[in-house]
Amino acid sequence: MDKTVNQKAWFLVLPVFLVVAFSAVLPLMTVVNYSMQDTFGNNQFFWNGVGWFKELLDPSTDLGGRFLASLGRNLFFSMVILAIEVPLGIVVALSMPRQGWTVAACLVILALPLLIPWNVVGTIWQIFGRPDIGLLGYVLNAMGIDYNYVSNEIDAWVTVIVMDVWHWTSLVALLCYAGLKSIPEAYYQAAQIDGASRWAVFKAIQLPKMNRVLLIAVLLRFMDSFMIYTEPFVVTGGGPGNSTTFVSIELVKIALGQFDLGKAAALSLVYNLIILIVCWIFYTVMTNAGVERKVQAESEPVAEPKPSAALKPVPALKPKEGVA
Amino acid sequence: MHSIPGRRLIMGLFLVFLLLPIYWLVNMSFKTNAEIVSTMTLWPHTPTLQHYKRIFTDESWYSGYINSLEYVVLNTIISISVALPAAYAFSRYRFLGDKHLFFWLLSNRMAPAAVYALPFFNLYSAIGLFDTPWAVALAHCIFNVPLAVWILEGFVSGVPREIDETAFLDGYSFPRFFIKILVPLIASGIGVAAFFCFMFSWVELLLARTLTSVSAKPIAAIMTRTVSAAGMDWGLLAAAGVLTIIPGALVIWFVRNYIASGFALGRV
Repeated sequence: MDKTVNQKAWFLVLPVFLVVAFSAVLPLMTVVNYSMQDTFGNNQFFWNGVGWFKELLDPSTDLGGRFLASLGRNLFFSMVILAIEVPLGIVVALSMPRQGWTVAACLVILALPLLIPWNVVGTIWQIFGRPDIGLLGYVLNAMGIDYNYVSNEIDAWVTVIVMDVWHWTSLVALLCYAGLKSIPEAYYQAAQIDGASRWAVFKAIQLPKMNRVLLIAVLLRFMDSFMIYTEPFVVTGGGPGNSTTFVSIELVKIALGQFDLGKAAALSLVYNLIILIVCWIFYTVMTNAGVERKVQAESEPVAEPKPSAALKPVPALKPKEGVA
Repeated sequence: MHSIPGRRLIMGLFLVFLLLPIYWLVNMSFKTNAEIVSTMTLWPHTPTLQHYKRIFTDESWYSGYINSLEYVVLNTIISISVALPAAYAFSRYRFLGDKHLFFWLLSNRMAPAAVYALPFFNLYSAIGLFDTPWAVALAHCIFNVPLAVWILEGFVSGVPREIDETAFLDGYSFPRFFIKILVPLIASGIGVAAFFCFMFSWVELLLARTLTSVSAKPIAAIMTRTVSAAGMDWGLLAAAGVLTIIPGALVIWFVRNYIASGFALGRV
């Protein structure tokens, strides 16, 4: 189905364009402006050219050292949580009950952590992990493990990672579940006739069908973990030392703590640029994946049964709505 | 065929993992501070409602909830109403720069809030919106509007184009078609998009805290006040935390049948 070319569609997009431009382009221009200047307070600004950017990318300076260190920590953090959350999310999605009221119950409980304000997530884990009043900290210490996220770097890291897994694995799981639900029952029946093993079914049917949603999941999780601020800030405050200071925390420290507008603005721009590049890569891969799928479906029409035909022999898909 | 061996056990363990920290928060909110600090108890031995009572009677506390809900609702209304026509346009037409525009929108969803905190502060102070719900509602549009467009575009694309054409042949004007036919058809999609706008606006703290000082202060920012000279008021903090979970839980209950497809942004 080809879209028709119609330039008048711009009128429909205009409100969105204005609203987002107002809150994105205007502030970004301020940031660019600041990034070229230095300030000593009192609203006095001095031209600094690309000085901040040079300093930012040079690890021997204070600013550059802090930025690159927090960037490294942040990338490591993102990789670790992706490595845990994606497989775990798939396993949880595969473990979802098939029908009945338990489906709704599981969905609601899974979605619960996603709806908790981020500072409260931090508060929950701050309390939960404390050795004196928190269940987790108390039990671990009672078992003889010296666990204290305030003073020990490794404990702080573990706490922040477990907290993120707790907070966001559900997102991956729900996305995968949505992907799994779209698989017609006929595929499974065919696999059964062929005598396919459980693993073969996963590899040949379920994983390819989850491709698209997994891509969205990885994109969202990478981006959100890359700009994580509130949760680790509440739990560890970036400490002990600087061990859990991520890029956003460093940025807020410089901008709102020290009021070093020039440095903060330069950092913001580089930070934003990294995100833009990663975002663009994902976007390209995503659109290409969509095109490939379409081409495939067109070339072999038998492989992709029409949804209307496939849905009919599947009573298992419908009763879920009956629970409502 | 769908599921894996031991799925009940896996699901059960995972749900326990999710619920345990929340249970601990609820548990603490019903304990007296003396009990919290002195002994480790798995359930409140001397249950008390004193923390909740304090929040519901002290205006500086409960106004935080009202402030938060105010900007969340405002933001949801703005986001959905500007995103609907745009989603239709992206789904049905090709126009100059459509792909670039879509990517630009998406990139704003991904932009870190920390980058915008300070410029937003300057911008909204300059136009006199600082410390009003409008400032936070507009600021949250930066990530909610793109998201709403993205979700709604998926749902609009699910409506067959023949329906548009038939409506126009029947003499419907565009606005009338939009309100009378399209909106009812994608009502569930609008619900899902509203749910997501609500969710992301409700959980965000950094911008909400930066753009308010006194009269529009969100509950999340007020919670930091429990630290006093006498030490942490853990019970009060826990009670305030529990109360912030409730609106989210209520909203989930209403959209529970659409959660999965909604998280896939309407495009599975």
